[in-house]
Amino acid sequence: MPHINLPSEFPGIRSLFMYRPETAAPLNHLVQTLLHDPHPTLSAGERELIATYVSRLNTCKYCSNIHGAIAKHQLGGDGELVELVLADPDTAPISTQLKALLKIAAKVQAGGKQVNADDIAAAREAGATDVELHDTVLIAAAFCMYNRYVDGLATWQPDDAELYDKMGKQRASEGYMTAPFKVNRTEQQLQNS
Amino acid sequence: MAHIELNNDLPGIRGLMAYRPETEQPLNALAEVLLRGDNTLSRGERELIATYVSYLNDCFFCQNVHGALAGHYLDCNIDQIDAIKADMQQADLSPKMKALLTIAASVQKSGKHVTPEQIELARAEGATDAELHDTVLIAASFCMFNRYVDGLGTWAPQNRQFYVDRAPQRAIDGYQSSLFK
Repeated sequence: MPHINLPSEFPGIRSLFMYRPETAAPLNHLVQTLLHDPHPTLSAGERELIATYVSRLNTCKYCSNIHGAIAKHQLGGDGELVELVLADPDTAPISTQLKALLKIAAKVQAGGKQVNADDIAAAREAGATDVELHDTVLIAAAFCMYNRYVDGLATWQPDDAELYDKMGKQRASEGYMTAPFKVNRTEQQLQNS
Repeated sequence: MAHIELNNDLPGIRGLMAYRPETEQPLNALAEVLLRGDNTLSRGERELIATYVSYLNDCFFCQNVHGALAGHYLDCNIDQIDAIKADMQQADLSPKMKALLTIAASVQKSGKHVTPEQIELARAEGATDAELHDTVLIAASFCMFNRYVDGLGTWAPQNRQFYVDRAPQRAIDGYQSSLFK
């Protein structure tokens, strides 16, 4: 049960967005800018991987599943790559640059002060630009917010992999600003949640 | 010195915002609605939640900016704000505010640390759903702002009076504009 009275037809952060449109607007605008809008160098798939990885480190079921699904659809349907990155970025088949950025993201998840000059130097060595470093830190920081928001109010977080895949496909193609799917639940399902 | 070349001399989050206007806009809009928008929690109470979380995250810039604003609204000096941060249970705050700060401290650790008992206690002291929502989101958002400011190694003025002196103007201008532009 969520800690406050939220609309039951929407999972995770979407129930919070429906509950409080005044804060939904800047929160949605931020994620759209960070993850979906055109970026000078990082692909949407790479940015979604950073968001997914941080959400997994924060053990946020809703965010890691939905962004994992969006990442998959942004990466041409390669769900296996998403799983390999989540399991261990260092052994995943991704660029050394993205590995260095994911390492910085993990540091941000642990605390801003954890990021040190060596982490930054290693990422630069692997080709990371200032904008990429900036956006990596802000994406990781933003998901330390979104994850806490979603878990801190105990929102409904489905276990249905197909539902996440459907929602992920929608977000990958439409971005974050369009209306969410409604998920109608029975009285029984609501009582069990 | 910041980890990246910001091409400006602005302190803390202001330097980052000037560097990347695309993300500045939603970040400022979020701070504006959370800390200054219409609310049954006063601006001082909301700034105090932001200050407390920034203190727990050990973010010098944010806890001083928002501590000075909290002091401005609540008519407290730096020492009084410091005393609240150090031991809010013993501070001269309402039981509701203490319950909300307890929830904010849980959010600072992680969302899953918020317990039904903490929520019930806050409700028993008069907190509404909207206040519970905003407390969690203010706390969560400062877990972002603090990491953003420290994760990129921004500089912060060390003289704490700097923040106190600027708080009255920030209270008038809100978060949508920089005092330094």
